[in-house]
Amino acid sequence: MYDATLAETIYFPGHNGDRLEGYLGRALDPEPRGGVVVIHHMPGYDRETKEHVRRFATMGYNALCPNLYTRVAPGASPEDAAAAARAQGGVPDDQVVGDVQGAINYLKALSNSNGKIGVIGHCSGGRHTFLAATELPLDAAVVCYGGLIVGDPIPNAPNWVPLVDRSPKVTAPILGLFGNDDKFPTPEQVDVLDKALTEAGKDHEFHRYDGAGHAFFSVDRAAYRVEAAVDGWQRIAEFYGKHLAG
Amino acid sequence: MCTYITDTITVSGSAKGVDGQWLRVTDASVYFDHPAHALADHTLNIDLRRPSDGPSARVAVELTAESARALAASILAVLDAAPALVD
Repeated sequence: MYDATLAETIYFPGHNGDRLEGYLGRALDPEPRGGVVVIHHMPGYDRETKEHVRRFATMGYNALCPNLYTRVAPGASPEDAAAAARAQGGVPDDQVVGDVQGAINYLKALSNSNGKIGVIGHCSGGRHTFLAATELPLDAAVVCYGGLIVGDPIPNAPNWVPLVDRSPKVTAPILGLFGNDDKFPTPEQVDVLDKALTEAGKDHEFHRYDGAGHAFFSVDRAAYRVEAAVDGWQRIAEFYGKHLAG
Repeated sequence: MCTYITDTITVSGSAKGVDGQWLRVTDASVYFDHPAHALADHTLNIDLRRPSDGPSARVAVELTAESARALAASILAVLDAAPALVD
């Protein structure tokens, strides 16, 4: 297999046709392959999220991370953009869905796309991944410790509402990866999500790690837990290998 | 955990950024979440901002919860010790 990859910043139409920045990692092999939309976490469109994009490219996928903060802080550092977005209460759910749809359109238009799309996100990106799975036709969704899929609405934060009641709308198999020491979501909240997806008849598999809390995939943070992260990446590879092939 | 809970207030004063330039700040965000730099899972984060100058017009601090409580108590103690001077 020809294993060359290319990673670069691109611009593409997002929600309402807005010009959106994105980080694209693509395999140069012309054989058809699936696409992965990587949704960044609340701290922003940062170096480590871009590293995930490059990793998916080396795994043989085309991957694109839309910068959800393009509108609020174009050209700013990820930390500054995240601070500006946070001060505005985050980004609206319908805008996120539109931006993910734009990224899907871009990936499907690549000459080596097989038309299949997976989405993945961590933390708030995990919640946004679940949101996308309820609003868009996907082939696979990976939710990594998404907070506030289950829980109480947050006062004065209209952009952050629970989503679990939308489980019957889920369009794709879901892989959920969670730490048992996490407080957001708690193991009890993961139980609620698991039960809701089961009752809705939705294909899903959850893996829950002892000794790991929130953000255990984050190699640049104190929360990193190597055993959970290594196993999690293996689960992701198997899941996408199954659902995005062909 | 991404707490999503952010308290935003208006402030009046100045802060000095890493580039050595002073910034007249107008807004502050206070939240407890992942730090970008501090070595802790979660920190009390404060962004002192001047959004009219763009998102990079910001001075940020990330403190452990214990440090943040100590700082808050210290601020109040110092203000209370000089009531005649406080507007």
